[in-house]
Amino acid sequence: MDWITTVDHKKIAVLYLIAGGFFFGIGGIEAILIRIQLMKPMNDFVSAQVFNELITMHGTTMIFLGVMPIIFAVMNAVVPLQIGARDVAFPFVNALGFWTFLFGGLLLNLSWVMGGAPDAGWTSYTPLSGSEYSGTHGVDFYTIGLQIAGLGTLIGGINFLATIITMRAPGMSYMRMPMFTWTTFITSAIILFAFPAITVGLVLLTFDRILGANFFDVAGGGNPVLWQHIFWIFGHPEVYILILPAFGIISEVIPTFARKRLFGYSSMVFATILIAFLGFMVWAHHMFTTGLGTVANALFSISTMLIAVPTGIKIFNWLFTMWGGQIRFTAANLFAVGFVPTFVMGGVTGVMLASAPADFQFHDTYFVVAHFHYVIVGGLVLGLFSGLHYWWPKMFGRVLSETLGKWTFWTFMIGFQLTFFVQHFLGLMGMQRRIVTYLPNQDFDLLNLVSSVGAFLMGVGVIMFLVNIVITTRKPADAPNDPWEDGRTLEWSIPSPPPEYNFKQTPLVRGIDAYWKEKMAGHTEMTPAEPVGSIHMPSATPLPFVMSVGIFIAGLGLMFSKDDFGNAFMNGLFNNYIVVIIGLLITFGAMALRSLYDDHGWHIEPEDQDEKGVRT
Amino acid sequence: MMKQWQVAKRILPLLAVFSLLLSACGREDLSVMKPQGPVAQGQYDLMKLSITIMIVVLIIVFAIAAYVLIRFRRRAGQNEVPEQVEGNFKLEVIWTAIPLLLVIVLAVPTVKTIFAQGEDLSNDKNAIQVKVTSHQYWWEFTYPQYDVTTAQDLIIPTGKKIAFELKTADVLHSFWVPSLAGKMDTNPDGTLNKFSFSAPNEGVYRGKCAELCGRSHAFMEFKVKAVSQESFDKWVNEMKAPAVLPEDTQLAEKFKTNCLSCHAVGDQGGPVAPNLTGIGGKQSVAGILLNQGEGQEDGNSVLDNMKEWLHDPQSVKPGNTMPNPKDLGLTDEEIDGIAEYLANYKLDYE
Ligand code: HEM
Ligand SMILES: [Cu+2]
Repeated sequence: MDWITTVDHKKIAVLYLIAGGFFFGIGGIEAILIRIQLMKPMNDFVSAQVFNELITMHGTTMIFLGVMPIIFAVMNAVVPLQIGARDVAFPFVNALGFWTFLFGGLLLNLSWVMGGAPDAGWTSYTPLSGSEYSGTHGVDFYTIGLQIAGLGTLIGGINFLATIITMRAPGMSYMRMPMFTWTTFITSAIILFAFPAITVGLVLLTFDRILGANFFDVAGGGNPVLWQHIFWIFGHPEVYILILPAFGIISEVIPTFARKRLFGYSSMVFATILIAFLGFMVWAHHMFTTGLGTVANALFSISTMLIAVPTGIKIFNWLFTMWGGQIRFTAANLFAVGFVPTFVMGGVTGVMLASAPADFQFHDTYFVVAHFHYVIVGGLVLGLFSGLHYWWPKMFGRVLSETLGKWTFWTFMIGFQLTFFVQHFLGLMGMQRRIVTYLPNQDFDLLNLVSSVGAFLMGVGVIMFLVNIVITTRKPADAPNDPWEDGRTLEWSIPSPPPEYNFKQTPLVRGIDAYWKEKMAGHTEMTPAEPVGSIHMPSATPLPFVMSVGIFIAGLGLMFSKDDFGNAFMNGLFNNYIVVIIGLLITFGAMALRSLYDDHGWHIEPEDQDEKGVRT
Repeated sequence: MMKQWQVAKRILPLLAVFSLLLSACGREDLSVMKPQGPVAQGQYDLMKLSITIMIVVLIIVFAIAAYVLIRFRRRAGQNEVPEQVEGNFKLEVIWTAIPLLLVIVLAVPTVKTIFAQGEDLSNDKNAIQVKVTSHQYWWEFTYPQYDVTTAQDLIIPTGKKIAFELKTADVLHSFWVPSLAGKMDTNPDGTLNKFSFSAPNEGVYRGKCAELCGRSHAFMEFKVKAVSQESFDKWVNEMKAPAVLPEDTQLAEKFKTNCLSCHAVGDQGGPVAPNLTGIGGKQSVAGILLNQGEGQEDGNSVLDNMKEWLHDPQSVKPGNTMPNPKDLGLTDEEIDGIAEYLANYKLDYE
């Protein structure tokens, strides 16, 4: 119950972590099934229909329900601590964001048991995703599930923007913000601008499918290429929503374990902003073969290549952060160090793809599959593993086993390289992506087998991480404030896990790497910026949960509003939009309750301010 | 300067080895890395340029990383705090400028190739015009200059430029012959695409659909067969010759009523399904069941493939729109008879 009503950013972080981990597991199982199917030519482990559902759900789940929430988990756990805040700007909204994400994700995955998962690819290109060619409710689960989950993301993004703008501790100017906070800030800005595009796109597609509109139907005057533009205007920035937080994590972990401040801090900030900006200008590089014409292809080729410049700045800055340092290879740092070359691999193939005539060959082949997995798995997932090992003691008060962590790293890393390196060659040798099987004797057989074996190894790596969590959770929570001893930012100045109110007294920030600065000055704590006093806390409330349940019910109702259930009662309920209305009433009712009933929260008095967190 | 050249000299053999490795990959009739025509060659050249640049980048980054990781590990008893370096303006400018330079080196030929290959040949009298129409899950090729339509096997004369106009009859597909040219999407009316390629050498090249188009996307393959100009002209004539029907008149009647309602042979039948003229001589049945022949190591005989298809089209290409001949009321013997007739229906043009 406590977990359903919580509005504490640290608990919401844990919720995001569990839910994200759960979906990541589902996406992983889907990946393994795909790889079993492709292990040998003309395999019939799954049917063509199920295969299309698997790739669609794997892509959709991983991106929207797997890694994004884990990013949000880390952001929620860390950002308020890094800026010296007691919570996020809108704790209630934060909880709402989580619950809408969760219910959207559940709705999407219900499709597996409710008559067919979406099968038009995670990009859902029309007309294949239209009701004419995708007759099950699969794509409806996609549009409505993602709509609800996306709402949560948008809410979360806005909340982080507000938090970072308004709640920094005294003295923390923008140019003193830790890099992870910076990347969270920029990521949230991208979310703010990119998500409305997918929101609109999904609404239009829903209208086409459920209400018979013609936005993407040529016969009715629509245009299927329009969907591609809308999708990628969102979809390309989405990639940066994923990777920038990983950049932020790496920028925290490497300095800590090299015992040096981040090299070229201001150029890092500048590069981050530039990447975000360029990220919006290049969406059509996913569409070179759609036939945009020579001029458009030339412009989008060049603008895409330009992203290599700020990215290069980052890579070299990380390398030179380590230069002259004293590097410790903890599990967290292994992942961070492994990130750099792997991500560079993904980056250089990105530049290759940017060359439009060459992309005519690369596009929609395994070369592209290799490229984006190098970026997303080799970049983001390694980054997340790094961040989780790094901040685990802060979140849970227990340091993860280093030995198991290193084993996880090596198995995952070797498995990863096996899986995806060979796929570059498969693509060049003529293997298209999204194919359920392939003819023998095309030189595809051996490399596909290698790739599948690698995927199993990655699976083993992930299982090791889970084992690590279980083992660690059974140990006492006795991690010190600064378990890595070289922590640089504010979160390491408070107990692990932090008390409910984070900071007994808001700290005074005197420079970049505020805590490190105090340590170097011989202090053991931050200088407070305020006297000890009564701390105001927001009240726990089940309303965000209830509101999300309402949206979930309305979504299901809308999806089945045209169905014939062969049962007058059910038909009456659904076909007259009664279920939709009930769902919306629940949501709006909860909203009304929230507005009408004044809740002033509560206070923790100085005598109750014990030092350590009381959680798990 | 001298020193840098030394480095380059060391990298060059590495690159040579690497390009050898690359070109050792894949089949000549399928691999992007063994281009068989000028368009694919131009694209491959760009790929080689970008790969070279990228390998140099990788080597530099990996070298710095390796050096840093080995040289600056924390040793036992190392307790003094390293100097907290803020950054270095000069260095940072250098690693902004170098990627920019590399990008320009790649961008210039890229733009050149884009415009060179974007040429519109649809009014070129010397080019062979081909209208490609994609269907779930088969390919239709129409030659407006010759008034000929065929399916699955695209026959072209060597050396001639082939000017394509692409469209789809249903969902999006993508037309791709890796060893001859990159892919191009087939869009619905209103956003038709044009492009061209040519094949200097005779041979059969494998083509694929590269855009997810439904359940049998993986099976939506086709072949491009490049033949001499004379053979091509002969082929056109053969295509235009009157239809050959089964000798057994009863079977012919069955074939006409049940099959020609959608398919065509010669001057008879309809355009709803793939044109069957000369199908016994094609590289495959239904685009995916390879017929025995050169380069098709495990192809079955045409007859076996034809029977496999006709006895259960859904198991070969799930979701395709051809009705099962059994459901049309044909007996097993009749199906086998038609299979035999079709397997022997060959055009003589080579
Ligand atoms: C165990 C790790 C993974 C393996 C073995 C794996 C494997 C695959 C395979 C075989 C495909 C199908 C390629 C195709 O035919 O199109 C695929 C597609 C995809 N994967 Fe992964 N993947 C893994 C992890 C991830 C992760 C962590 C993400 C993102 C966070 C991800 C994102 C995607 C996306 C977006 C697609 C495209 C789906 C589509 O075509 O609609 N994958 N993956
Ligand atoms: Cu296809």
